[in-house]
Amino acid sequence: MTGPAISCHKVSKQFIVKNGAKKRVGAMALLRSVVSRLGLMVGGLLAADADSSGSATSQGGADGSQPQKGPKVVKTVDDVSFQVQAGEIFGILGPNGSGKSTLIRMMATLLLPDAGTIKVLDRDTVTETKEVRRLINRVSVEASFFMKLSAMENLRYAARLYGLEPKSASRRAVEILARLGLEEDKIYGPLEDLSRGMQQKVSIARALLTEPAVLLLDEPTTGLDPKSKKDVQDFVLEVREQRGTTIILTSHDMAEAERLCHRVAIIDSGQFVALDTPEGLKGMVTEEPVGREMTLEDVFFSLTGKKLKDNENTKAAAS
Amino acid sequence: MRTDRGHGFGREFSASYGLVERNFSLVRRYLSWEVVFLFYTIVNTVTIGLIAVERPGEANQRVLYLIVGALLWGFLSVLFMEVSNSISWERWEGTIEYTFMAPIHRLTYLGGVCLFAIAYGVVRTVLILGAVSVFFDIDLGGANLLGGLVVLVASSLSFIGLGLMAAVLPLLSTEKGAQATNILQGFILLISGVYYDVSVLPGWLQPLSVFSPATYTLRAARAALLGGAPTSQLLPEIGLLLLCGVLLIPIGLFIFNLGEGYALRTGKLKRSG
Repeated sequence: MTGPAISCHKVSKQFIVKNGAKKRVGAMALLRSVVSRLGLMVGGLLAADADSSGSATSQGGADGSQPQKGPKVVKTVDDVSFQVQAGEIFGILGPNGSGKSTLIRMMATLLLPDAGTIKVLDRDTVTETKEVRRLINRVSVEASFFMKLSAMENLRYAARLYGLEPKSASRRAVEILARLGLEEDKIYGPLEDLSRGMQQKVSIARALLTEPAVLLLDEPTTGLDPKSKKDVQDFVLEVREQRGTTIILTSHDMAEAERLCHRVAIIDSGQFVALDTPEGLKGMVTEEPVGREMTLEDVFFSLTGKKLKDNENTKAAAS
Repeated sequence: MRTDRGHGFGREFSASYGLVERNFSLVRRYLSWEVVFLFYTIVNTVTIGLIAVERPGEANQRVLYLIVGALLWGFLSVLFMEVSNSISWERWEGTIEYTFMAPIHRLTYLGGVCLFAIAYGVVRTVLILGAVSVFFDIDLGGANLLGGLVVLVASSLSFIGLGLMAAVLPLLSTEKGAQATNILQGFILLISGVYYDVSVLPGWLQPLSVFSPATYTLRAARAALLGGAPTSQLLPEIGLLLLCGVLLIPIGLFIFNLGEGYALRTGKLKRSG
């Protein structure tokens, strides 16, 4: 394969967000809601997306009058274009609500873009969905497991979903988990009994079982203790080194991005504000911090005028 | 080294089997709750049957009438609920995105859910029947058991179709979709003559009973089990039920695919929808 592993061209996605509308209850309200959504669903087939057009009411009045209550359109990803080469670890950094997870979901075929194209190993995520799904796997920030089942039962289920032989997949899973520092006896009890760090390691093992060509890591170390975080980061580097896997990593941990990524894109309000190697990004900032080394957080502040921590407190419009 | 099962039917069947295996593993994990719900269903069925015991003379026929209704409805409603709530439960567990990202046909996923629903429904119904037979002296001497079984199989297809259509509702709306599913199930219970003949329904409600596959299921099953009607006599209902299944399953799949497309466009595949 000579082209890029991932190619995003002018990708946009917007959502309609309900804003302060009073919730109605009762059977008739329920029926109205279901019927209107059925209508939207069918209408979306027949015409342009009925649900994600710009036809929502705007907010506020220029004269300072009370803002209208009603849905508003939020552009979560706005005309984003980039390419990722095979074997590259590509970071997407930004605060909560910046569009990182939305972008990952579109690459993972869980969300349809409103505009633009996304290709994974030259397969379109919209028109060649099943082929793309064979090539990718994803680790999300939430542990997507049946918590009452054991790690092994979850992994066996995953193996069958991806057409793998369960027994050999189980053996492989044990090897990966051992490499991540998870003892074998822990994988036969309910997942809910494991710590978040252990659950995330199982999540990574599950993603790697299928030996994906492209691995989507959506904030994989969020909420992990420092040792677990380092274990996961070391393993990501090892996977890339040994298998040549292309990795997309979203994070708001700048140090992690700096350690792992060949190139980093900084995203804010759905737009890429910068894309370069970590050193290249630091080179964009002329004002050096006093008494310490420059970090990617300084780069983020310089480029967006915002502190990362301030943005983490901002209510996400959509992610 | 990745060891594949290859492509095509074998791979898809393995994925469907994975769903059955997963769901039975969940039943094992939630076994105490399963026992509780089974106990409640047994008690419910027995209390319904005991209504008829008060009337001596016609007790046996009346008990059978009610028990057949309760058992059949128990099986068909489990089928409907398992299929229609499959999305709700994936969302509740937080696994909906992972499952929908898998490279399998949606038919494979839904087929696995249906296979589990049938197996689970059969096991449950057999256990309830066994428990109920301890309370009542059920005389099936003149019953056409084979005919009753054929009716049950035919009605399963139509209820799977209904379940597939209802399964789209939680895709459209997380909470309200699951609520609507329960309302739909309640409505089917009301109009289908589960515990009474549909002729006792109010006049304005009776015409709706023709739209429920359960109406024909109960009519034919009671004819077979209570009246010993030969299978040839049941063919009109069996044919209608098979026709319902043949129509409702592809329609249900089509509607489900529409719903999935809507969810993919609007971002409703997330845990919170």
